[in-house]
Amino acid sequence: MGREDKRLNNNNIMLIIKDLHAAIDGKTILKGISIEVKPGEIHAIMGPNGSGKSTLAAVIAGREFVEVTGGTVTFEGKNLLEMAPEDRSKEGIFLGFQYPTEIPGVSMVNFMKTAVNEHRKHKGLEPLSASEFLKLMREKKELVEIDSKLANRSVNEGFSGGEKKKNEIFQMSILEPKLAILDETDSGLDIDALRIVANGVNKLKRPDNATIVITHYQRLLDYIIPDVVHVLYDGRIVKTAGKELAMELEAKGYDWIKQNIKKNELS
Amino acid sequence: MEKDQDKILNDVTSGEYKYGFYSDIEMEQIPKGLNEDIIRAISEKKSEPGWLLEFRLKAFRHWQTMKMPQWANLKIPTIAYQDIIYYAAPKKKASSESLDDIDPELKRTFDRLGIPLEEQKYLTGVAVDAVMDSVSVKTTFRETLAESGIIFCSFSDAVKEYPELVKRYLGTVVPYTDNFFASLNSAVFSDGSFCYIPKGVRCPMELSTYFRINAANTGQFERTLLVADEESYVSYLEGCTAPMRDENQLHAAIVEIIAENNAEVKYSTVQNWYPGNKEGKGGIFNFVTKRGLCRGDNSKISWTQVETGSAITWKYPSCILRGDNSTGEFYSVAVTNNHQQADTGSKMIHIGRNTKSTIVSKGISAGEGQNSYRGLVKVLKNASGARNFSQCDSLLLSDKCGAHTFPYLEVDNQTAIVEHEATTSKIGEDQIFYCNQRGISTEDAIGLIVNGYAREVINKLPMEFAVEAQKLLQISLEGSVG
Repeated sequence: MGREDKRLNNNNIMLIIKDLHAAIDGKTILKGISIEVKPGEIHAIMGPNGSGKSTLAAVIAGREFVEVTGGTVTFEGKNLLEMAPEDRSKEGIFLGFQYPTEIPGVSMVNFMKTAVNEHRKHKGLEPLSASEFLKLMREKKELVEIDSKLANRSVNEGFSGGEKKKNEIFQMSILEPKLAILDETDSGLDIDALRIVANGVNKLKRPDNATIVITHYQRLLDYIIPDVVHVLYDGRIVKTAGKELAMELEAKGYDWIKQNIKKNELS
Repeated sequence: MEKDQDKILNDVTSGEYKYGFYSDIEMEQIPKGLNEDIIRAISEKKSEPGWLLEFRLKAFRHWQTMKMPQWANLKIPTIAYQDIIYYAAPKKKASSESLDDIDPELKRTFDRLGIPLEEQKYLTGVAVDAVMDSVSVKTTFRETLAESGIIFCSFSDAVKEYPELVKRYLGTVVPYTDNFFASLNSAVFSDGSFCYIPKGVRCPMELSTYFRINAANTGQFERTLLVADEESYVSYLEGCTAPMRDENQLHAAIVEIIAENNAEVKYSTVQNWYPGNKEGKGGIFNFVTKRGLCRGDNSKISWTQVETGSAITWKYPSCILRGDNSTGEFYSVAVTNNHQQADTGSKMIHIGRNTKSTIVSKGISAGEGQNSYRGLVKVLKNASGARNFSQCDSLLLSDKCGAHTFPYLEVDNQTAIVEHEATTSKIGEDQIFYCNQRGISTEDAIGLIVNGYAREVINKLPMEFAVEAQKLLQISLEGSVG
């Protein structure tokens, strides 16, 4: 507790999740989660299917179907749970979707230009002109090695699974969030796409931003080195440690965690 | 474009019907009701020749034998035809000769609608015929167009100045016996636009007619006749608005288009009649017959419509493909929100050989709106090599709205190829949340998604009007989700 108190007093903490409880359709999914993320950190949240990883991401991003039943989420000193999803985005929270949605007929240019200018308006900046925006898009395309054709198509329409995930990283690079949450961004990616996605994340890393990588497998963490690894199981963080925890999990599997928990419960 | 996009976003925050004001203009009206005396009175007001009065009377006598059509998927309240005023005109003599003759209040009205009647003020390259209630108040650029031999004027002026042309073409595409509303229009039509593009002329500017209903208890019955002679081209636009009133008002128009050999006509509509309030009170009944005749070989007629207004819409812009290798197109976006109803679509009649037609219809339903697509593709016996592609998509924005499709196919030639595709989709919460997560509000997200859905049609509109149409789509769907 002593350590936690000290960290709470530290106003350098970007995200504080405290004893978070949440339910979907009356079923409790998150059963008391506490996590703190500081600028410059990369956190990995690992856990078996159904443990609540995506629900946690959904709560931070503000999805309506998740009901927060207890606890707090504070982002840069502000109560995140009171904010509309678009305001959370404008405050600097980005969610890389596990299943990015297709929006037929809406070009990536129009979509991202609208988004960027909403962010700029929020910061009291003038909107970007078409040429300024296209220049920004070109720069970011190169940075995240995205096929330039992708950016000329409708949002995710007809994209392959890998293209959709790359497109998430591309959008992240344009919006330059303070906190990016990547929800199973590695699922369904071949090794080349995985490398591109991971490179993108690493290139965008700065001392003043943070990333939460949600993943089932350790493999993404070969490319993105986390500072902290949390293991989520049955709606609770059951273990938090450094990057070596990911390796241990990969070697021993999630059953090892489950058995550990049972042992603890018995003793 | 840049500025326009931002303006669209800003306008969305104030999404009421913007054109619902009433102008206090001194009007000259005839008594309400419909009989032969009324028709004679209208004809007399316009100093019409005897043949035109005869045409009206024949139409009226025929109309009296007809019943209002019941086949559309619409709930139409009883219309008291004897309670309508069939002629109402701004009192001050509004000739097209000089702006000084026009009532300043009338000028202000069109200024407010964004349709300045001074030539130098309007969007460059667009000539306008402004029609209020029963008369045309001003046609701009008449002289400029006349230099290329193009006739663009009010229907009334055309009857006076070009009686032979009007006589030759009037009623040849939509006969006065065609249907209940067409017969009514043929009996009482008051004004509208006339346009003739001579042989080999490519019309140097967009032509447009802006229709405004202003007076209460009146109906608007205009007629547009557009003739494109051989090898000519014209792009034509119409827009329309009306004041907010609790009573319904009837608008029953006719548009006839004739395209001769190698001629091309592009006809675009941005329809924004008052749709009624959120409870479904008031609004315009928009019962319109629009038909084009591809009379010449290699001729082409293309209809594009963005329909956001009216309490009830009943219209089927059609093409009769008589010339060999002629082409008909229909691109439509129709929005029904709150209690609006629309039964709209197209008819493509293939008569000539190797004729082609395309139908792209996009319905958007929100609130308790009901949206029906009704289309007929007919291939006659001798129309060998005919080809049609039809696509009708429906987008649903609420649980209480409805989308219906009634496609009819009648194919009497074995070489014809006819394709039909249809989809129905709902705006997904996932799509909206995806936009939200990128910083885009729900209202703007719906605008983006709907405009994306309608893009294929909007892209067919001339640029200035595409922007207008995008904005309209967004405004007419304001507050319709969630």
